[in-house]
Amino acid sequence: MSFDARHLLGIEYLRPDAIRTLLDLADRYVDLNRSPQKHSTALAGLTQINMFFEASTRTQASFEIAGKRLGADVMNMAMQASSLKKGETLIDTALTLNAMHPDLLVVRHPHSGAVNLLAEKVNCAVLNAGDGRHEHPTQALLDALTIRRKKGRLHRLTVAICGDIAHSRVARSNILLLGKMENRLRLIGPPTLMPASIEEFGVEVYDDMREGLQGADVVMMLRLQKERMDGGFIPSEREYYHRWGLDAEKLSQAKPDAIVMHPGPMNRGVEIDGTIADDINRSVIQEQVEMGVAVRMAAMDLLARNLRAARESEGDAKGVII
Amino acid sequence: MSEQPLTLTNAILIDPEAGTEGPGWLRIENGMIAGTGTGAPPEGRTIDCGGKYLAPGIVDIGVKVCEPGERHKESYRTAGLAAAAGGVTTMITRPDTLPAIDSPEVLEFVTRRAREAAPVNIRHMAALTKGREGREMVEIGFLADAGAVAFTDCDRVVADTKVFSRCLTYARALGALVIAHPQEPILSRGAAATSGKFASLRGLSAVPPMAERLGLERDLAIVEMTGARYHADNLSTAVALPALRRAREAGLGVTAGVNIHHLTLNELDIGDYRTFFKLKPPLRSEEDRMAMIEAVREGLIDVISSMHTPQDEESKRLPFEEAASGAVGLETLLPAALRLWHGGHISLPALFCALALNPARLMGLPSGRLSKGAPADLVLFDPHKPFVLDRFRLRSKSKNTPFDGARMQGRVLATFVGGRQIFGKEGN
Repeated sequence: MSFDARHLLGIEYLRPDAIRTLLDLADRYVDLNRSPQKHSTALAGLTQINMFFEASTRTQASFEIAGKRLGADVMNMAMQASSLKKGETLIDTALTLNAMHPDLLVVRHPHSGAVNLLAEKVNCAVLNAGDGRHEHPTQALLDALTIRRKKGRLHRLTVAICGDIAHSRVARSNILLLGKMENRLRLIGPPTLMPASIEEFGVEVYDDMREGLQGADVVMMLRLQKERMDGGFIPSEREYYHRWGLDAEKLSQAKPDAIVMHPGPMNRGVEIDGTIADDINRSVIQEQVEMGVAVRMAAMDLLARNLRAARESEGDAKGVII
Repeated sequence: MSEQPLTLTNAILIDPEAGTEGPGWLRIENGMIAGTGTGAPPEGRTIDCGGKYLAPGIVDIGVKVCEPGERHKESYRTAGLAAAAGGVTTMITRPDTLPAIDSPEVLEFVTRRAREAAPVNIRHMAALTKGREGREMVEIGFLADAGAVAFTDCDRVVADTKVFSRCLTYARALGALVIAHPQEPILSRGAAATSGKFASLRGLSAVPPMAERLGLERDLAIVEMTGARYHADNLSTAVALPALRRAREAGLGVTAGVNIHHLTLNELDIGDYRTFFKLKPPLRSEEDRMAMIEAVREGLIDVISSMHTPQDEESKRLPFEEAASGAVGLETLLPAALRLWHGGHISLPALFCALALNPARLMGLPSGRLSKGAPADLVLFDPHKPFVLDRFRLRSKSKNTPFDGARMQGRVLATFVGGRQIFGKEGN
């Protein structure tokens, strides 16, 4: 199998063939999810813990449904309200949980790299559900699956990512993934919301949205992350909407069959016009949510297979059955 | 001490003052260097150096010993042992303790602790403003009388230019040296890395290198206005160097220092969020590193220091942005600095100018030289001896070195302070 990772910490660590393997399996889970009997036993007997150090409704629900459909015992821990308030460090929390023998740990954390740190300290498979401004790998994978199903391929497409790139882990993971799959990437947004030296990532950078959208196959909008901004990055939401909000007029620059994506939750009237978001001929936002569950099922299934294989070979080495 | 005279024979003498390096002997009498020579050594007690390198002991400006306040991170005893093992014969300590060394009483406490616990020479710097808060100047006169060799708020910038210019004006009248780590405090707020591709990839909050130049330009303007003695320490970026060069050419008489880590490591060493590589200012790009090496080579940067900053495991085992900054460096300063020599960037006499002679001169100390009458503060080392660094074998209480597991070359064989051997095998 070409997916040999122990954890899913970021797209950076995945090879293109591993990405393809994961998406192929996710396609099969889409079919399962659309059937009346939505159960599989891929994770039967395994324990999945969702640790969210940052508030999340959608991603947490998606991981929870994915785990339950695969037969795992799923537990949610809202960490903002938990022991961190009592001064416990991330590593102590991880060690405490590790002692309960979870098999899959799904982690979201407000600090970049926190999930990598945690993964070093536990013996289970860790899935990054978003760490600071670093990565959000399952989001990029579900976006990739959506694109592949809508466009019939995941290479040689012109993809425009628009908006608040600087604060977005979704953008980072997507830039890495779409780059690895050999697409043409354009980043569009105000220069205050572009990360430093971003042009070194092999992307084209546009200040002007109309110019950047020309001939795009995919238009990926990002949420303006008001909660991550510690100063004035834009003068006002209305000026932002005027220049970088997606409306019908700007979208007309893209290819006629271009699809519109958004990782949600949307700020209607800030980064996207509500009528475009709701236009079933252009917007694939609901499909993205659907693909999210399938991609997370595939990711957990593959990691669980690797985990079982690793435990078996460990058991062989020790001469015991585990 | 009136021990009998001692001659260190069969050594390669590195004399930064003369800029020479060659075989010879060195004679110690009453804790002082009594002379050097080639050919037959004088009569009396001798130690055969076995053809290894003998240089003035390192004078390390900006060592943090965590007394008072955080003795669990480093004490005068452990810092002193680490210094001895690293060939550092004089530590110039930082005042960023808890509480800060900002009054003659605290200075008296650390002076006493240093005297009773450490085997090497120690001089102390004091804070420039009370509590390092940037609001009121300390009693510069009393502190200087009590032995403070320089005044610095360390990594905290005195943001209020009125306060800073008054501090410098007052310091000038007393001939006191002011040391700053130049940085624009608002632009650099909250930064954990240097801005660029790497920080963007890792999603870390970053500071542009230009923030250092902004801070340095501001300081230099105030130095020009007040005429104070000023040392810009912990410089790390190529963009700051032209400002320094212009000030030098204008005859401003400022000096500058660099941290050894900015000469030997770059931002990519952070890798997957390795917090032992989190420094302040952060590790910079490879272009910056090369520019700093060149600045040392040409003498634009005068001093290399370890900026020894002990942090316990708890302060470092955190997500990168939350982790504490700083690295220990007393024991790795020499082998790390020798990387520049092994790489062909700098000669040994020039290296010891930056490690010993220049910092001693800056602090008004007679050491850092091999001339007759200088104190016999010496380091005997083998620059070729390879080893793999194991952080748990460091003598510092804190083990936060970025060189853990690194292949290094250069071992201290013996360290002498005032003619007395304080480290190394007896009769080495």
